[in-house]
Amino acid sequence: MTASFQPGRVYAIFGDNGAGKSTLLRVICGLASATAGTVRIFGSRERSEFTARLGYMGHAPLLYDEMTGMENLRYFAGLYGIDDGARCEQAIAAVGLDPALPRRVGDYSQGMRQRLSLARAAIHDPEILLLDEPFSNLDPGSARAMGRLVADMRDRGKTILVVTHQAAHLDGIADESLWMSAGRVAAWEQGIAAADRATASAVLS
Amino acid sequence: MKFKIFAVITFLLLSYALYQGMVAAPREATMGDIQRIFYYHVPSAWTSFLCFFANFIASIIYLARRNLKADAFAVSTAEVGVVFCTVVLVTGPLWARPVWGIWWTWDARLTTTLVLWLIYVSYLMLRRYSTGQATPTLAAALAIFGFLDVPIVYMSIRWWRTQHPQPVIAGGQGSGLDPHMWAAVLWNWVAFMAFAALLIWVRYRLEITRQQLDEAHALKAVGQAEGSFTR
Amino acid sequence: MSSLAAVTVSNLRKDVRLEWRSKDAVNAMLFFALLVVVIFSFAFDPTAEESRQIVGGLVWVAFLFAAIVALNQAWMRELRNQVLDAYRVSPAPANALFMGKALGNFLFISVVEALLMPLFVVFYNLRPVGPAWQLVPVFLLGTWALVVVGTFFAAISLRTRSREVMLPLILFPISIPALLGMVEATTMVLTGTDTPRFWITLLLVYDVIFTTVCLLLFETVLHAE
Repeated sequence: MTASFQPGRVYAIFGDNGAGKSTLLRVICGLASATAGTVRIFGSRERSEFTARLGYMGHAPLLYDEMTGMENLRYFAGLYGIDDGARCEQAIAAVGLDPALPRRVGDYSQGMRQRLSLARAAIHDPEILLLDEPFSNLDPGSARAMGRLVADMRDRGKTILVVTHQAAHLDGIADESLWMSAGRVAAWEQGIAAADRATASAVLS
Repeated sequence: MKFKIFAVITFLLLSYALYQGMVAAPREATMGDIQRIFYYHVPSAWTSFLCFFANFIASIIYLARRNLKADAFAVSTAEVGVVFCTVVLVTGPLWARPVWGIWWTWDARLTTTLVLWLIYVSYLMLRRYSTGQATPTLAAALAIFGFLDVPIVYMSIRWWRTQHPQPVIAGGQGSGLDPHMWAAVLWNWVAFMAFAALLIWVRYRLEITRQQLDEAHALKAVGQAEGSFTR
Repeated sequence: MSSLAAVTVSNLRKDVRLEWRSKDAVNAMLFFALLVVVIFSFAFDPTAEESRQIVGGLVWVAFLFAAIVALNQAWMRELRNQVLDAYRVSPAPANALFMGKALGNFLFISVVEALLMPLFVVFYNLRPVGPAWQLVPVFLLGTWALVVVGTFFAAISLRTRSREVMLPLILFPISIPALLGMVEATTMVLTGTDTPRFWITLLLVYDVIFTTVCLLLFETVLHAE
């Protein structure tokens, strides 16, 4: 597939299971390699130039169960050369969690873990955020909170790609949406309209 | 067609080498005819070592260029190398038993061959047990470790054996080898190399085919065409 | 930005902290090695004189098994929640991850060795004939040889089936020269027969060569998919 994404917009990516949505995110951030073709971010193909400006939130939490939230964030911030404890505290507070919480991440609820994972993905203030199923297993309240966080980040000028099965959570938040099927983009619409194209067989080219 | 010609040449070489080893070479004074195993034992060792060297080079090329052909060549040479290595390990005891009355001696060369065999069998096991697309990369890394280890293995075992001496099979490198015997050794070596090349060729083509099949399956699962969007 | 040394230290501290909290690896290693010692005592029933000959081998077999226990779960915490993905996406250097992990393992296994050696001395009534201080470089170099290659191969075996079996399978053959060195050197010191200079040199060469290869190849292996 060929696609291009612009800053300051939220793109929702829908699709059947196995359509390649998660793989798309992984190829973009370099976790998987494309069989053919290239990924250009900020006009460059060299991974080293943009890793610091890219954040990834995976399907799995990507956190250490045995450490507290603050310890996790300090560790991952360190990977980006950030040594600022206050900044980590702010990031945790920004997603609605208590930075001083001594509980280990392994004992968090799913909602808390997702939010911490988002904080981790964004700790280095990346310009691009790739979120894979951020709403999975969240209760409606937490999902709304997550949606607001995504909208906030978009308003700050970030490019956000969100892979999800639950279109409703991005209603009013997503600027554009794609429907992927069998590794191809079957539809590209404004808002979350692409989710209605579940039976689309048209391949726009 | 080329393959068939090469196969015929190999067969001729093997036949001539057999003649050289079994008939033309003189009968050894002390050990008798059993010594003729030497013509299989030693050339197999040289051949297997060269196969492993080829595997080393192919692995480096794969890591540098991500060329799948290099990976196919790597697995082929490793497998054929292990086969010839097995021949060395089997002919050793077959020779030692009648001559010295012992099945195995932990002499430097035989032990090094055993360790070599273990290293490359572990390589083959890694290839078999690894899942997904990472296999060529992981195997290439292991191959590099393995081959770099070989001189260290040899030195360490040689020193170990000077500390605790044991009877030596094959009585030292060409120690007083009759010139007629050299002819048999060399002809067998050439023949074995040709045979190895033949086996590698076959295995290589098999591997290439398997790679193509895998790729075809993957493409089929995903669908071929591209839907393109640029906004 | 994120320097090699800084991230290595960060990784090391994280691993030490996590291990300190759970003490999973150290406990398992200690108990396993202790079991090996006891079972060997039943298998070989040595007099004090004979034991000096074989203890070199027994000690290192016990430590090898203990090391495998540690190495098998070396990457477990990273694997559990796909943390490796987060690491790979970041600009942090892959070698910092490797060195942090290897140094952490080295620390834990050394602790276990230090705790177990007195036990060996007691069970086998050991009194080294040769200069005991020579055992220090042997243990340091030997442990590093096992740890550096073992940590690397543990990362390789992450992507295999039967990963706990694969690790010893690919580690043992390659480690044979190092094991030979450790055993021979230890025996030489205990029995006072000869100076272990050759073996210590061999271990040093082994360590240098393979640490270099690990550092050269780890990034490739980390990103292999």
